[in-house]
Amino acid sequence: MNDKSKMSANEVLSIRTPLKADVCASLRSGDMVLLTGSVYTARDVAHRRLYEALKKGLPLPIDLSTATIFYAAPSPTPTGRIIGSIGPTTSYRMDVFTPALIEHGLRGMIGKGSRSPEVVEAIKQYGAVYFGAIGGIAALTAQCVKRIERVAYDDLGPEAIRRLTVVDLPLVVINDTLGNDLYLSEQSRWRIIPE
Amino acid sequence: MREIDAQQVTATVRKLFIEANTTLGQDVLSALKRAITKEESAIGRQVLEKILQNAAIAREGSLPLCQDTGLAVLFVEIGQDVRIVGGDLRGTIEEGVRQAYADGFLRKSVCDPLTRENTKDNTPAVIHLDMVPGNQLKIIAMPKGGGSENMSRAKMLTPSAGIDGIKKFVLETVEKAGANPCPPIVVGIGIGGSLEHACLLAKKALLRETGSPHPADPRLAQLEEELCGQINALGIGPAGLGGKVTALAVHAEMAPCHIASLPVAVNIQCHVARHQEAII
Ligand code: SF4
Repeated sequence: MNDKSKMSANEVLSIRTPLKADVCASLRSGDMVLLTGSVYTARDVAHRRLYEALKKGLPLPIDLSTATIFYAAPSPTPTGRIIGSIGPTTSYRMDVFTPALIEHGLRGMIGKGSRSPEVVEAIKQYGAVYFGAIGGIAALTAQCVKRIERVAYDDLGPEAIRRLTVVDLPLVVINDTLGNDLYLSEQSRWRIIPE
Repeated sequence: MREIDAQQVTATVRKLFIEANTTLGQDVLSALKRAITKEESAIGRQVLEKILQNAAIAREGSLPLCQDTGLAVLFVEIGQDVRIVGGDLRGTIEEGVRQAYADGFLRKSVCDPLTRENTKDNTPAVIHLDMVPGNQLKIIAMPKGGGSENMSRAKMLTPSAGIDGIKKFVLETVEKAGANPCPPIVVGIGIGGSLEHACLLAKKALLRETGSPHPADPRLAQLEEELCGQINALGIGPAGLGGKVTALAVHAEMAPCHIASLPVAVNIQCHVARHQEAII
Protein backbone atom coordinates (compact mmCIF):
# COMPACT_ATOMS: atom_id res chain seq x y z
CA MET A 1 0.00 0.00 0.00
CA ASN A 2 3.07 2.16 0.30
CA ASP A 3 3.02 3.41 -3.26
CA LYS A 4 -0.71 3.95 -3.23
CA SER A 5 -0.02 7.64 -3.60
CA LYS A 6 0.87 8.38 -7.19
CA MET A 7 2.47 11.64 -6.07
CA SER A 8 5.39 9.95 -4.35
CA ALA A 9 6.36 8.28 -7.60
CA ASN A 10 6.64 11.57 -9.46
CA GLU A 11 9.88 13.43 -9.78
CA VAL A 12 10.04 17.00 -8.52
CA LEU A 13 9.79 19.67 -11.22
CA SER A 14 11.60 23.01 -10.96
CA ILE A 15 9.49 25.87 -12.31
CA ARG A 16 9.83 29.66 -12.37
CA THR A 17 7.57 32.66 -12.18
CA PRO A 18 6.18 34.35 -14.19
CA LEU A 19 4.39 31.11 -15.02
CA LYS A 20 4.23 30.62 -18.77
CA ALA A 21 1.02 29.44 -20.40
CA ASP A 22 2.60 26.22 -21.67
CA VAL A 23 4.01 25.41 -18.22
CA CYS A 24 0.58 25.86 -16.64
CA ALA A 25 -1.00 23.70 -19.31
CA SER A 26 1.52 20.93 -18.75
CA LEU A 27 1.24 20.79 -14.94
CA ARG A 28 -0.88 17.97 -13.59
CA SER A 29 -2.69 17.51 -10.34
CA GLY A 30 -0.26 15.62 -8.06
CA ASP A 31 2.93 17.07 -9.57
CA MET A 32 5.44 18.09 -6.93
CA VAL A 33 7.18 21.34 -7.85
CA LEU A 34 9.87 23.67 -6.54
CA LEU A 35 8.90 27.22 -7.37
CA THR A 36 11.47 29.99 -7.88
CA GLY A 37 10.83 33.67 -8.62
CA SER A 38 8.49 36.47 -7.53
CA VAL A 39 5.16 35.93 -5.87
CA TYR A 40 2.78 38.42 -4.24
CA THR A 41 1.25 37.89 -0.82
CA ALA A 42 -2.44 38.81 -0.65
CA ARG A 43 -5.32 37.51 1.43
CA ASP A 44 -8.78 38.51 2.61
CA VAL A 45 -9.01 42.32 2.63
CA ALA A 46 -6.39 42.77 -0.12
CA HIS A 47 -8.50 40.52 -2.34
CA ARG A 48 -11.62 42.53 -1.68
CA ARG A 49 -9.77 45.73 -2.58
CA LEU A 50 -8.31 44.27 -5.78
CA TYR A 51 -11.73 42.96 -6.75
CA GLU A 52 -13.47 46.26 -6.08
CA ALA A 53 -10.85 48.16 -8.07
CA LEU A 54 -11.35 45.76 -11.01
CA LYS A 55 -15.12 46.20 -10.87
CA LYS A 56 -14.77 49.97 -10.90
CA GLY A 57 -12.17 49.89 -13.64
CA LEU A 58 -9.57 51.54 -11.41
CA PRO A 59 -5.84 50.82 -11.79
CA LEU A 60 -4.47 47.98 -9.63
CA PRO A 61 -1.38 48.35 -7.43
CA ILE A 62 0.05 45.15 -8.94
CA ASP A 63 0.18 43.82 -12.48
CA LEU A 64 -2.02 40.73 -12.40
CA SER A 65 -1.05 39.41 -15.80
CA THR A 66 0.84 36.11 -15.37
CA ALA A 67 1.16 36.88 -11.63
CA THR A 68 1.27 34.32 -8.82
CA ILE A 69 -0.40 35.07 -5.50
CA PHE A 70 0.53 33.37 -2.24
CA TYR A 71 -2.39 33.49 0.21
CA ALA A 72 -0.22 34.39 3.15
CA ALA A 73 0.52 36.99 5.81
CA PRO A 74 3.93 36.45 7.40
CA SER A 75 4.72 37.08 11.04
CA PRO A 76 6.89 40.18 11.66
CA THR A 77 10.54 39.95 10.62
CA PRO A 78 12.80 39.40 13.65
CA THR A 79 15.98 41.47 13.81
CA GLY A 80 18.66 40.08 11.53
CA ARG A 81 16.36 37.88 9.47
CA ILE A 82 14.86 38.21 5.98
CA ILE A 83 11.30 37.39 6.95
CA GLY A 84 9.30 36.02 9.87
CA SER A 85 7.45 32.72 9.63
CA ILE A 86 5.30 32.26 6.55
CA GLY A 87 2.84 29.70 5.24
CA PRO A 88 -0.47 29.36 3.42
CA THR A 89 -3.81 30.51 4.78
CA THR A 90 -7.02 28.70 3.84
CA SER A 91 -7.92 29.51 0.23
CA TYR A 92 -11.72 29.17 0.13
CA ARG A 93 -12.13 32.64 1.65
CA MET A 94 -10.67 34.14 -1.53
CA ASP A 95 -12.98 32.10 -3.82
CA VAL A 96 -15.58 34.82 -4.34
CA PHE A 97 -12.92 37.19 -5.73
CA THR A 98 -10.70 34.69 -7.55
CA PRO A 99 -12.49 34.08 -10.88
CA ALA A 100 -12.39 37.84 -11.63
CA LEU A 101 -8.68 37.96 -10.82
CA ILE A 102 -7.98 34.94 -13.02
CA GLU A 103 -9.95 36.57 -15.83
CA HIS A 104 -7.61 39.57 -15.51
CA GLY A 105 -4.47 37.49 -15.85
CA LEU A 106 -3.74 35.87 -12.50
CA ARG A 107 -2.05 32.58 -13.30
CA GLY A 108 -0.77 30.96 -10.11
CA MET A 109 -2.30 30.63 -6.66
CA ILE A 110 -0.68 29.14 -3.57
CA GLY A 111 -2.76 28.20 -0.54
CA LYS A 112 -4.29 25.32 1.37
CA GLY A 113 -7.66 23.61 1.13
CA SER A 114 -10.25 23.07 -1.59
CA ARG A 115 -11.54 25.69 -4.04
CA SER A 116 -15.08 26.40 -5.21
CA PRO A 117 -16.43 24.94 -8.47
CA GLU A 118 -16.29 28.49 -9.93
CA VAL A 119 -12.55 28.75 -9.21
CA VAL A 120 -11.88 25.25 -10.57
CA GLU A 121 -13.75 26.24 -13.74
CA ALA A 122 -11.84 29.53 -14.11
CA ILE A 123 -8.55 27.64 -13.71
CA LYS A 124 -9.61 25.39 -16.58
CA GLN A 125 -10.92 28.14 -18.78
CA TYR A 126 -7.98 30.53 -18.44
CA GLY A 127 -5.14 28.06 -18.01
CA ALA A 128 -4.22 28.88 -14.42
CA VAL A 129 -3.00 26.59 -11.64
CA TYR A 130 -3.68 26.15 -7.92
CA PHE A 131 -0.80 24.91 -5.81
CA GLY A 132 -1.06 23.54 -2.27
CA ALA A 133 1.54 24.36 0.33
CA ILE A 134 1.76 22.63 3.70
CA GLY A 135 0.19 24.66 6.49
CA GLY A 136 1.77 25.05 9.90
CA ILE A 137 5.42 24.58 8.91
CA ALA A 138 6.05 28.29 8.60
CA ALA A 139 9.50 28.50 10.21
CA LEU A 140 10.71 25.93 7.66
CA THR A 141 8.94 27.56 4.69
CA ALA A 142 10.48 30.94 5.57
CA GLN A 143 13.88 29.50 4.59
CA CYS A 144 12.75 29.57 0.93
CA VAL A 145 12.16 33.33 1.03
CA LYS A 146 15.19 35.38 -0.01
CA ARG A 147 13.64 38.82 -0.22
CA ILE A 148 10.53 40.69 0.88
CA GLU A 149 9.38 44.10 -0.46
CA ARG A 150 6.41 46.27 0.41
CA VAL A 151 4.08 46.77 -2.53
CA ALA A 152 0.63 48.02 -1.50
CA TYR A 153 -2.05 48.40 1.16
CA ASP A 154 0.45 48.93 3.97
CA ASP A 155 -2.39 50.00 6.23
CA LEU A 156 -3.47 46.35 6.36
CA GLY A 157 -0.47 45.45 8.48
CA PRO A 158 0.18 41.70 8.17
CA GLU A 159 -2.39 41.53 5.36
CA ALA A 160 -0.57 44.04 3.12
CA ILE A 161 0.52 43.06 -0.39
CA ARG A 162 4.23 42.25 -0.53
CA ARG A 163 6.49 40.87 -3.21
CA LEU A 164 8.48 37.83 -2.14
CA THR A 165 11.44 36.36 -3.95
CA VAL A 166 11.34 32.63 -3.31
CA VAL A 167 13.80 29.91 -4.19
CA ASP A 168 12.69 26.28 -4.46
CA LEU A 169 9.44 26.73 -2.59
CA PRO A 170 8.01 23.16 -2.32
CA LEU A 171 4.43 22.91 -3.61
CA VAL A 172 2.06 20.34 -5.03
CA VAL A 173 -0.37 20.95 -7.89
CA ILE A 174 -3.94 20.62 -6.58
CA ASN A 175 -6.13 21.92 -9.44
CA ASP A 176 -4.87 21.75 -13.03
CA THR A 177 -6.16 22.95 -16.40
CA LEU A 178 -7.99 19.66 -16.97
CA GLY A 179 -10.19 20.20 -13.93
CA ASN A 180 -8.51 17.57 -11.76
CA ASP A 181 -8.54 18.03 -7.98
CA LEU A 182 -5.84 16.36 -5.93
CA TYR A 183 -7.63 16.68 -2.57
CA LEU A 184 -10.68 14.89 -3.97
CA SER A 185 -8.76 12.16 -5.73
CA GLU A 186 -6.28 11.38 -2.93
CA GLN A 187 -8.77 11.61 -0.10
CA SER A 188 -11.22 9.25 -1.79
CA ARG A 189 -8.36 6.90 -2.63
CA TRP A 190 -7.47 6.62 1.07
CA ARG A 191 -11.03 6.65 2.40
CA ILE A 192 -12.11 3.36 3.99
CA ILE A 193 -15.58 4.20 5.25
CA PRO A 194 -18.51 4.68 2.85
CA GLU A 195 -19.44 8.22 1.76
CA MET B 1 -4.87 37.00 51.55
CA ARG B 2 -1.86 36.35 49.36
CA GLU B 3 -0.80 39.32 47.30
CA ILE B 4 0.44 38.85 43.72
CA ASP B 5 2.03 41.74 41.91
CA ALA B 6 0.32 42.69 38.65
CA GLN B 7 3.71 43.01 36.96
CA GLN B 8 4.45 39.38 37.69
CA VAL B 9 1.21 38.42 35.97
CA THR B 10 2.11 40.51 32.92
CA ALA B 11 5.58 38.99 32.72
CA THR B 12 4.16 35.46 33.02
CA VAL B 13 1.55 36.00 30.29
CA ARG B 14 4.23 37.51 28.03
CA LYS B 15 6.52 34.54 28.52
CA LEU B 16 3.77 31.94 28.06
CA PHE B 17 2.60 33.34 24.71
CA ILE B 18 6.12 33.57 23.31
CA GLU B 19 6.88 30.05 24.51
CA ALA B 20 3.61 28.58 23.23
CA ASN B 21 4.16 30.10 19.79
CA THR B 22 7.71 28.82 19.41
CA THR B 23 7.69 25.48 21.22
CA LEU B 24 5.49 22.48 20.53
CA GLY B 25 4.64 20.40 23.64
CA GLN B 26 6.29 17.01 24.19
CA ASP B 27 2.87 15.35 24.04
CA VAL B 28 2.22 16.75 20.55
CA LEU B 29 5.72 15.79 19.37
CA SER B 30 5.21 12.23 20.63
CA ALA B 31 1.80 12.02 18.95
CA LEU B 32 3.38 13.18 15.67
CA LYS B 33 6.13 10.55 15.98
CA ARG B 34 3.53 7.84 16.59
CA ALA B 35 1.62 9.14 13.56
CA ILE B 36 4.67 8.61 11.32
CA THR B 37 4.74 4.93 12.21
CA LYS B 38 1.01 4.62 11.45
CA GLU B 39 0.93 6.61 8.22
CA GLU B 40 1.00 4.44 5.10
CA SER B 41 0.97 7.25 2.55
CA ALA B 42 4.50 8.22 1.52
CA ILE B 43 3.55 11.88 1.05
CA GLY B 44 1.71 11.78 4.38
CA ARG B 45 4.88 10.62 6.12
CA GLN B 46 6.85 13.38 4.39
CA VAL B 47 4.40 15.98 5.66
CA LEU B 48 4.70 14.63 9.22
CA GLU B 49 8.51 14.67 9.00
CA LYS B 50 8.38 18.30 7.86
CA ILE B 51 6.14 19.20 10.78
CA LEU B 52 8.73 17.76 13.19
CA GLN B 53 11.55 19.50 11.32
CA ASN B 54 9.64 22.79 11.58
CA ALA B 55 9.19 22.31 15.32
CA ALA B 56 12.95 21.87 15.73
CA ILE B 57 13.76 24.97 13.64
CA ALA B 58 11.20 27.06 15.54
CA ARG B 59 12.47 25.97 18.94
CA GLU B 60 16.14 26.53 18.12
CA GLY B 61 15.61 29.91 16.46
CA SER B 62 12.84 31.05 18.81
CA LEU B 63 10.66 31.52 15.72
CA PRO B 64 6.89 31.19 15.45
CA LEU B 65 5.90 27.61 14.51
CA CYS B 66 3.19 29.08 12.32
CA GLN B 67 2.76 32.55 10.82
CA ASP B 68 -0.71 32.57 12.38
CA THR B 69 0.25 33.15 15.99
CA GLY B 70 -3.39 33.15 16.91
CA LEU B 71 -6.05 34.89 18.82
CA ALA B 72 -4.82 35.00 22.43
CA VAL B 73 -7.11 32.68 24.41
CA LEU B 74 -6.47 32.31 28.15
CA PHE B 75 -7.86 30.11 30.88
CA VAL B 76 -7.18 31.77 34.19
CA GLU B 77 -7.97 30.25 37.60
CA ILE B 78 -7.63 32.64 40.47
CA GLY B 79 -7.61 31.33 44.03
CA GLN B 80 -10.16 33.12 46.20
CA ASP B 81 -7.41 33.96 48.69
CA VAL B 82 -5.42 35.90 46.07
CA ARG B 83 -5.41 39.66 45.68
CA ILE B 84 -3.79 41.26 42.65
CA VAL B 85 -1.93 44.43 43.60
CA GLY B 86 -0.72 47.20 41.32
CA GLY B 87 -3.28 46.71 38.56
CA ASP B 88 -6.51 45.00 37.60
CA LEU B 89 -6.30 41.36 36.56
CA ARG B 90 -7.76 41.66 33.06
CA GLY B 91 -5.76 44.77 32.20
CA THR B 92 -2.63 43.08 33.48
CA ILE B 93 -3.23 40.04 31.29
CA GLU B 94 -3.94 42.18 28.22
CA GLU B 95 -0.64 43.97 28.79
CA GLY B 96 1.17 40.62 28.87
CA VAL B 97 -0.43 39.69 25.53
CA ARG B 98 0.52 43.07 24.05
CA GLN B 99 4.15 42.65 25.14
CA ALA B 100 4.39 39.04 23.93
CA TYR B 101 3.12 39.89 20.45
CA ALA B 102 5.37 42.95 20.15
CA ASP B 103 8.57 41.56 21.69
CA GLY B 104 8.20 38.03 20.31
CA PHE B 105 7.69 39.19 16.69
CA LEU B 106 4.31 37.45 16.72
CA ARG B 107 1.68 38.34 14.15
CA LYS B 108 -1.13 40.65 15.19
CA SER B 109 -4.22 38.89 13.90
CA VAL B 110 -7.09 40.64 15.69
CA CYS B 111 -9.45 43.01 13.89
CA ASP B 112 -12.83 44.73 14.06
CA PRO B 113 -15.36 42.17 12.79
CA LEU B 114 -17.06 44.61 10.43
CA THR B 115 -14.49 47.15 9.28
CA ARG B 116 -11.73 44.47 9.46
CA GLU B 117 -9.39 47.12 10.86
CA ASN B 118 -6.49 45.53 12.76
CA THR B 119 -6.20 46.42 16.47
CA LYS B 120 -2.41 46.28 15.92
CA ASP B 121 -1.44 44.68 19.25
CA ASN B 122 -3.37 41.39 19.15
CA THR B 123 -5.70 42.49 21.92
CA PRO B 124 -8.33 42.09 23.14
CA ALA B 125 -7.56 38.60 24.37
CA VAL B 126 -10.29 36.06 25.08
CA ILE B 127 -9.99 35.52 28.83
CA HIS B 128 -11.90 32.77 30.62
CA LEU B 129 -11.72 33.59 34.32
CA ASP B 130 -12.60 31.11 37.00
CA MET B 131 -12.48 31.52 40.77
CA VAL B 132 -11.23 28.48 42.66
CA PRO B 133 -10.27 27.65 46.27
CA GLY B 134 -6.69 28.36 47.35
CA ASN B 135 -4.07 31.08 47.08
CA GLN B 136 -2.57 30.45 43.67
CA LEU B 137 -3.04 31.87 40.20
CA LYS B 138 -3.03 29.44 37.27
CA ILE B 139 -2.65 30.79 33.76
CA ILE B 140 -3.01 28.77 30.58
CA ALA B 141 -2.06 30.54 27.35
CA MET B 142 -3.54 29.11 24.14
CA PRO B 143 -2.82 30.97 20.89
CA LYS B 144 -5.62 29.74 18.59
CA GLY B 145 -5.19 29.82 14.83
CA GLY B 146 -8.01 30.99 12.58
CA GLY B 147 -7.86 28.18 10.01
CA SER B 148 -8.82 25.44 12.44
CA GLU B 149 -11.14 27.63 14.52
CA ASN B 150 -13.11 28.43 11.33
CA MET B 151 -13.83 24.74 10.82
CA SER B 152 -15.32 24.33 14.32
CA ARG B 153 -19.08 23.99 14.82
CA ALA B 154 -21.78 23.71 17.47
CA LYS B 155 -25.29 22.34 17.23
CA MET B 156 -28.26 21.89 19.52
CA LEU B 157 -29.25 18.27 18.91
CA THR B 158 -32.51 16.79 20.17
CA PRO B 159 -32.18 14.33 23.06
CA SER B 160 -33.44 11.56 20.75
CA ALA B 161 -30.39 12.06 18.49
CA GLY B 162 -28.31 10.48 21.28
CA ILE B 163 -24.75 9.27 21.00
CA ASP B 164 -25.22 8.35 17.33
CA GLY B 165 -26.28 11.91 16.55
CA ILE B 166 -23.17 13.20 18.32
CA LYS B 167 -20.87 10.90 16.36
CA LYS B 168 -22.53 11.84 13.08
CA PHE B 169 -22.13 15.55 13.78
CA VAL B 170 -18.45 15.20 14.69
CA LEU B 171 -17.65 13.12 11.60
CA GLU B 172 -19.54 15.51 9.36
CA THR B 173 -17.63 18.46 10.82
CA VAL B 174 -14.23 16.87 10.24
CA GLU B 175 -15.19 15.70 6.75
CA LYS B 176 -16.37 19.17 5.72
CA ALA B 177 -13.18 20.70 7.11
CA GLY B 178 -11.01 18.56 4.81
CA ALA B 179 -7.57 20.05 4.28
CA ASN B 180 -8.55 23.49 5.63
CA PRO B 181 -7.62 23.14 9.34
CA CYS B 182 -4.08 21.78 8.66
CA PRO B 183 -4.47 18.10 9.49
CA PRO B 184 -3.44 16.04 11.38
CA ILE B 185 -5.83 17.68 13.81
CA VAL B 186 -6.83 17.31 17.44
CA VAL B 187 -10.61 17.21 17.84
CA GLY B 188 -12.13 18.72 20.98
CA ILE B 189 -15.72 17.74 21.69
CA GLY B 190 -18.04 19.35 24.25
CA ILE B 191 -21.26 17.54 25.08
CA GLY B 192 -24.06 18.93 27.23
CA GLY B 193 -24.38 22.07 29.32
CA SER B 194 -25.79 25.09 27.49
CA LEU B 195 -24.75 26.33 24.06
CA GLU B 196 -21.76 28.32 25.35
CA HIS B 197 -20.84 25.69 27.93
CA ALA B 198 -20.58 23.00 25.24
CA CYS B 199 -18.24 25.27 23.25
CA LEU B 200 -16.12 25.94 26.32
CA LEU B 201 -15.92 22.22 27.13
CA ALA B 202 -14.79 21.53 23.56
CA LYS B 203 -12.03 24.10 23.84
CA LYS B 204 -10.93 22.89 27.28
CA ALA B 205 -10.80 19.34 25.94
CA LEU B 206 -7.95 20.51 23.67
CA LEU B 207 -5.81 21.28 26.71
CA ARG B 208 -5.58 17.66 27.82
CA GLU B 209 -2.32 15.78 27.14
CA THR B 210 -2.62 14.89 23.46
CA GLY B 211 -3.88 11.36 22.98
CA SER B 212 -4.52 10.51 26.62
CA PRO B 213 -8.00 9.01 27.11
CA HIS B 214 -10.62 10.70 29.28
CA PRO B 215 -9.32 10.13 32.82
CA ALA B 216 -12.66 9.77 34.63
CA ASP B 217 -15.47 8.67 32.32
CA PRO B 218 -15.01 5.36 30.46
CA ARG B 219 -17.97 6.22 28.19
CA LEU B 220 -16.08 9.26 26.93
CA ALA B 221 -12.82 7.34 26.62
CA GLN B 222 -14.63 4.82 24.43
CA LEU B 223 -16.29 7.53 22.34
CA GLU B 224 -12.90 9.19 21.79
CA GLU B 225 -11.30 5.97 20.61
CA GLU B 226 -14.16 5.06 18.32
CA LEU B 227 -14.37 8.51 16.75
CA CYS B 228 -10.63 8.70 16.26
CA GLY B 229 -10.78 5.46 14.27
CA GLN B 230 -13.67 6.69 12.15
CA ILE B 231 -12.07 10.08 11.50
CA ASN B 232 -8.88 8.39 10.37
CA ALA B 233 -10.94 6.21 8.04
CA LEU B 234 -12.06 9.37 6.21
CA GLY B 235 -8.75 9.36 4.32
CA ILE B 236 -8.10 13.12 4.57
CA GLY B 237 -4.53 12.53 5.77
CA PRO B 238 -1.67 14.91 6.66
CA ALA B 239 -2.15 18.30 4.91
CA GLY B 240 -5.28 16.82 3.34
CA LEU B 241 -3.18 15.01 0.74
CA GLY B 242 -4.66 11.61 1.61
CA GLY B 243 -3.61 9.10 4.21
CA LYS B 244 -4.31 7.19 7.38
CA VAL B 245 -3.69 9.94 9.93
CA THR B 246 -6.25 12.72 9.92
CA ALA B 247 -6.55 13.12 13.70
CA LEU B 248 -3.77 12.83 16.25
CA ALA B 249 -6.38 12.55 19.01
CA VAL B 250 -10.01 13.07 19.93
CA HIS B 251 -10.76 14.52 23.37
CA ALA B 252 -14.30 14.81 24.76
CA GLU B 253 -15.70 16.52 27.83
CA MET B 254 -19.26 16.39 29.12
CA ALA B 255 -21.62 18.22 31.48
CA PRO B 256 -25.27 17.66 32.43
CA CYS B 257 -27.76 19.54 30.26
CA HIS B 258 -31.42 20.60 30.12
CA ILE B 259 -34.03 17.83 29.70
CA ALA B 260 -34.97 19.38 26.35
CA SER B 261 -31.49 19.61 24.83
CA LEU B 262 -28.37 17.84 23.70
CA PRO B 263 -25.80 20.53 22.87
CA VAL B 264 -22.65 19.41 21.07
CA ALA B 265 -19.64 21.47 20.04
CA VAL B 266 -16.62 20.47 18.00
CA ASN B 267 -13.50 22.61 18.35
CA ILE B 268 -10.87 21.73 15.78
CA GLN B 269 -7.21 22.24 16.58
CA CYS B 270 -4.51 22.06 13.91
CA HIS B 271 -1.30 20.08 14.37
CA VAL B 272 0.30 23.26 15.76
CA ALA B 273 -1.48 22.47 19.04
CA ARG B 274 -0.12 25.25 21.22
CA HIS B 275 -0.65 25.82 24.92
CA GLN B 276 1.59 26.61 27.87
CA GLU B 277 0.73 27.05 31.50
CA ALA B 278 2.18 28.48 34.68
CA ILE B 279 1.19 28.64 38.32
CA ILE B 280 2.07 31.71 40.37
S1 SF4 C 1 -4.70 26.10 11.09
FE1 SF4 C 1 -2.99 26.08 12.54
S2 SF4 C 1 -1.23 25.33 11.40
FE2 SF4 C 1 -2.79 25.92 9.92
S3 SF4 C 1 -2.24 28.01 9.36
FE3 SF4 C 1 -3.76 28.15 11.02
S4 SF4 C 1 -2.55 28.21 12.92
FE4 SF4 C 1 -1.18 27.56 11.30
